Amino acid sequence: MNIHEYQAKELFDQFGVATPAGKVAHTPEEARQAAEAIGGAGLVVKAQIHAGGRGKGTFKNGFKGGVHLVATADEAADIAGKMLGQVLVTHQTGEEGKLVSKVLIASSVDIAKEYYFAILFDRATSRHAIIASTEGGMNIEEVAEKTPEKIIRELIHPTLGLQPYQCRKIAAMLDLRGALLNQAVKLFLALYKLYIERDCSLVEVNPLAVTTDGKLVALDAKFNFDDSALYRQKEVAALRDTSEEDSREVAASEFGLNYIGLDGNIACLVNGAGLAMSTMDIIKFYGGDPANFLDVGGGATKDQVSAAFKIILGDPNVKGILVNIFGGIMDCDVIAHGIIAAAEETGLSIPLVVRLEGNNVDAGKKTLADSTLSIISAEGLADAAQKIVAAVAA
Amino acid sequence: MSILVDSNTRILVQGITGDFGSRHARASLDYGTQLVAGVTPGKGGQSFDHGSFRVPVYDTVAEAARETGATVSVIFVPPPFAADAILEGVDAGLDLVVAITEGIPVNDMIKVKAAMAHSKTRLIGPNCPGLVTPGTGEKSHGGCRIGIAPGYIHQRGTIGVVSRSGTLTYEAVWQLTTAGYGQSTCVGIGGDPVNGTSHLDVLKMFNDDPETEAIIMIGEIGGDAEETAALWAKDHCKKPIAGFIAGATAPPGRRMGHAGAIISGGQGTAQAKKQTLRECGIAVAETPAEIGATLISLLK
Repeated sequence: MNIHEYQAKELFDQFGVATPAGKVAHTPEEARQAAEAIGGAGLVVKAQIHAGGRGKGTFKNGFKGGVHLVATADEAADIAGKMLGQVLVTHQTGEEGKLVSKVLIASSVDIAKEYYFAILFDRATSRHAIIASTEGGMNIEEVAEKTPEKIIRELIHPTLGLQPYQCRKIAAMLDLRGALLNQAVKLFLALYKLYIERDCSLVEVNPLAVTTDGKLVALDAKFNFDDSALYRQKEVAALRDTSEEDSREVAASEFGLNYIGLDGNIACLVNGAGLAMSTMDIIKFYGGDPANFLDVGGGATKDQVSAAFKIILGDPNVKGILVNIFGGIMDCDVIAHGIIAAAEETGLSIPLVVRLEGNNVDAGKKTLADSTLSIISAEGLADAAQKIVAAVAA
Repeated sequence: MSILVDSNTRILVQGITGDFGSRHARASLDYGTQLVAGVTPGKGGQSFDHGSFRVPVYDTVAEAARETGATVSVIFVPPPFAADAILEGVDAGLDLVVAITEGIPVNDMIKVKAAMAHSKTRLIGPNCPGLVTPGTGEKSHGGCRIGIAPGYIHQRGTIGVVSRSGTLTYEAVWQLTTAGYGQSTCVGIGGDPVNGTSHLDVLKMFNDDPETEAIIMIGEIGGDAEETAALWAKDHCKKPIAGFIAGATAPPGRRMGHAGAIISGGQGTAQAKKQTLRECGIAVAETPAEIGATLISLLK
């Protein structure tokens, strides 16, 4: 789950992480009021979408740039009016772009120096860790590859949490001295509190900046949250903006299905994440192109199978479907009836290959064979993949 | 022999009266597993009945272990209570705790893992299908089935299987069984980023198990646990290994079902993992349909 920049700012304010003043606006008038409330000499208007490269992006109406510096409230309203309701295309949005329905109005700061600072979960040690660097505003992966000595890495104790001495150590390594050192300790501890209390898996401040008037502030941040913790993070769950997500993925999540849309034309419906990935892999191996990842889970019901078919068929590129179910303790005959019901309900008109294995598999295969639908039955994974690739190519 | 559990292992089920836990407790009893106790707080003194089986239910793991001699627990409790359930099993001094529960918050598991650092208890999972040591009866009956894997797909034999995934493991096991090759023990270590037992841990156990003659290691994108295991195996494993890595077609930055299955920062791709495995002398199956055949080719 991603959140908007203005939401990140609100979280910063809530936890006392120093950041320039900012407000979200949905209309040009709100933008004017926000600009007046924030005041000051320089302001910035930023389009709020879940994609990077906004500054260099272009709106479909021809207006250039999703990030603009403005001097007055009138100007803020004018720029907001050119962004709101328009579609912004950046290198991360794809050609279709993203509709801008909110803008952030924030104080613009004069940056003296930029840093990189992140808290993230480190799999190798099963601990949270801090990654910091003096090379702010850069692609951190590139820094890590080319100049690994410029990456500071500090592990956080699983029960003690981040300690002030660790913050001082990191600040000193970043050469944040004098008044800046204490600002850094305060900011790092506040950020860690936010990270832990909101069950984040990543908070990446890039850049962390020292302003020309000697203040250390978090300018922009990327957040990732632990999906498994959302049940106890109602406030975080409320930050989700489904309009920024693939509509099919949103529909799938409502039925407890795990769907990720891809560019190919062979849809797959599989139980279990590992088998679902493997099914995509074998389709590709035999020359096909998977249209999606779809895991219906270990105990898929008839309703879920039916919902899965509708979501799959909502993708206009799909030219064939491969169902691969290793039933285990699930009854294959129940699955077979679910597939038939879903195919009938959706008026399925493209090739459907079904590979069933597991409990009561013979009855399941008979049910499929006896149906009036032209379902292609497969024995094993390789056979299933070859049959759907051939059917789609025909 | 086998690893971790055998036909005589006595197990208890935490969350035996829930829908999920009871269904799989029945399946384990039917399989012939020594399922000797259940734990559901507040239902101590009741019994869990299935056919001729009457399994006593206790309020705490400590009581269940003391009264029945159970040394292994399997956890089916919902995510908000699962970390506590694991710690209860550790506190009771169990040898092995198998957490089936999917969706335990990472912060909970980080603390559990830290708390377990010096305990005698081994954790498998969470978010895993469990483990099976097949029995010698028809359709492997009489073995130790812990978790949610279908028992009948197994067959007693000499191949050790370790995997992060559930149904993909069944796929590989089924390929072996239908080709006439049985398994010593099949272990699903789970798809979460923080887990109790790694590929490497299980490889070492298979290497030391006299009954296991060859090993299948199934991994997926994300992290570097498969590489770590492979690098160890290169110098230390005496037995042939066949491998498979799922997720060659997965897009970067997207979590593919399992919380741990994500390519981030160019790390953890299927291609890189397969290459490392090959460099370490592991025979990597080109497709998931050839996992069994790849292993069998090593035996000839």
